[in-house]
Amino acid sequence: MVRPRTLFDKIWDAHRVARRPDGRELIYIDRHVLHELHAPHAFERLEEAGRPVRRPDLTVSVQDHRISTLPGRDDLSNPDGAPFLRAMREGSRRHGIRLFDLGDPEQGICHVVAPELGMVLPGATHAVPDSHAPTVGGLGALAFGCGTSELEHILATQVMALKQPKSMRIRLEGGLGPCVTAKDVALRIIAELGVAGGRGHAVEYAGAVVRAMTIESRMTLCNLTVEMGARTGLIAPDDTAFAWLQGRPYAPRGALWDRAVGAWRRLTSDDDAVFDREVAIDCSSLEPQVTWGTDPSQVVGISGRVPEPWPGDAARQASVQRALDYMGLAPGTPLSGLPVDRVFIGSCTNSRLPDLEEAAAVLRGRRVAPGVTALVVPGSTTVKRQAEAAGLDRVFRDAGFFWGESGCSMCAGGNGDRGRPGERCVSTTNRNFEGRQGRGVRTHLVSPSMAAAAAVTGRIVDVRQLLDGGL
Amino acid sequence: MQPFTTLTGIAAPMLQDDINTDQIAPVQATRLGRDDRGLLFQRARRRADGSDDPDFVLNRPHFQAASILVSGHNFGCGSSREGAVWTMIANGIRCIVARSFADIYRENCLQNGLLPIELDGEAADGFCARVVAADGAAPFTVDLVEQRIGGPGGPDIPFTIAPADRVRLLEGLDDIGLTLKQSGDIAAWEARMAREMPWLQTAHDARDTTSS
Repeated sequence: MVRPRTLFDKIWDAHRVARRPDGRELIYIDRHVLHELHAPHAFERLEEAGRPVRRPDLTVSVQDHRISTLPGRDDLSNPDGAPFLRAMREGSRRHGIRLFDLGDPEQGICHVVAPELGMVLPGATHAVPDSHAPTVGGLGALAFGCGTSELEHILATQVMALKQPKSMRIRLEGGLGPCVTAKDVALRIIAELGVAGGRGHAVEYAGAVVRAMTIESRMTLCNLTVEMGARTGLIAPDDTAFAWLQGRPYAPRGALWDRAVGAWRRLTSDDDAVFDREVAIDCSSLEPQVTWGTDPSQVVGISGRVPEPWPGDAARQASVQRALDYMGLAPGTPLSGLPVDRVFIGSCTNSRLPDLEEAAAVLRGRRVAPGVTALVVPGSTTVKRQAEAAGLDRVFRDAGFFWGESGCSMCAGGNGDRGRPGERCVSTTNRNFEGRQGRGVRTHLVSPSMAAAAAVTGRIVDVRQLLDGGL
Repeated sequence: MQPFTTLTGIAAPMLQDDINTDQIAPVQATRLGRDDRGLLFQRARRRADGSDDPDFVLNRPHFQAASILVSGHNFGCGSSREGAVWTMIANGIRCIVARSFADIYRENCLQNGLLPIELDGEAADGFCARVVAADGAAPFTVDLVEQRIGGPGGPDIPFTIAPADRVRLLEGLDDIGLTLKQSGDIAAWEARMAREMPWLQTAHDARDTTSS
């Protein structure tokens, strides 16, 4: 009898090239996406060792982490980033790798560009030197984030040497209420499992909530997998995924498409497959989530309050107290009503077209509150162009938002976009770590519609109340 | 890669859980050319006015030459940024003892000859207490051959590490060189997949007529 297998097992098994004597397995990487923050080091080391890139045709480069978002930008718009952009350009050219450079009509964040161009395929393996690589698990691809040494290893060999992770399935049951999104679901999962709860695991998201999600929402969900410490996350591909992919520039066509879809339909976990861990979460009563602390597990629903330092051990109490001190919050304070200085909509988590539509729906006919600085940065130049064609840029600009060129921007501030010490920043990004958006900046992670609601009211508010006219 | 066998040095305690890569090496400060030394805990090291914070553990005189860092759960969570390991090595830290490590950070350690030791439960409690008590006045010795940590305040503490990881560090193996020895397997996989799932072996922009 054939052993029942998980979705992960099926992709892993198909990509196992060999077992190494040291017990790791060589897993073939079908698509390798590079960005300028890390690839230049790897190019340099590869060249020092005199090793060629094995499959430049399966590799693409993007400029995203250190690129300016200013209109009319060039290399020097962010002087600190210029050496990275140049080294990426030169390295990609030397190795014959297609680069989505500054000025390219399809430049953007690596995790947004690769799927929207159809480079990401169900059942394919994918590697990016970035921890949010599993974003593309939303299409049923198996993705791994990696460091620079592993990046160099993939360039030279097209494989990764990996230990097989344990398996976890997270079933999301029920349905989502109005203005409750994949972002809120993901934050709730991280709250339940903790920031290390997924360590060593590959996560499969399943259940009615996942099946009802758009591909963009599935990508948001998978994007946050690393924030619970998991190695990767993915979702079984279905007709929603196939329809989303068909006709995209790099997707297979014609008879090859039909053949691929036939294979992709087998990419589900067998009914009797056994997972090392199973988690079920009922999403029916979920409300929009807001982080209050300095890691993504420190989150409550919008009707919630800043918690007391937990009655846990001394170390836990100290860590919660440290978060409260950094965030300038007292236990018991309601999240709703906190004044906001800055709003950022963007990042690989929430910068695709539906994210911008969600925010624009709140902004239409409203203005950013006095004293609030608001930025929106589309996930790719393609998204930006599509948003402009739909008139969304006007909605954002008329409301008083800065409408930026595509890049990672304020997610990590690697391009100079950052806040000032003490500012409270409501952000659609993935990490509320101390100092990530600038020294002393207090980050609250939310969904795009919640960010838009904060921008127009100048406070953290329940977007549902705003839309109902209750504010 | 520099092999790791034994290390004798000062152990510095940073016992919090979830120390993330943004704390270890902030992305905003990274520069091309791997001048990694100044990155280490750059924000925590300095006060708001830019001067050194004398209370930060690695700024205290006893710990400035620390080569072992001792921490809590989930060390190195966050980004995949390998600079967060390079800056440790640039500052002479060759071993981190933590209750657990984030997956990618641990792999980045192994890739760079930095020994990640996982010590949990009572063994960790005891070791952390001894490191705090030693207060940088006496060194600890980490022996990867014998898998033991020795030092002031008690008997040697055994630790476990996956045999494959241990060998990688002991021998300072070139991971890419090892994999390239299996190039034949890789080529065979590519040839088979080009038949079985040909869409995986080509990444082609259908709009690009010049290469169709």
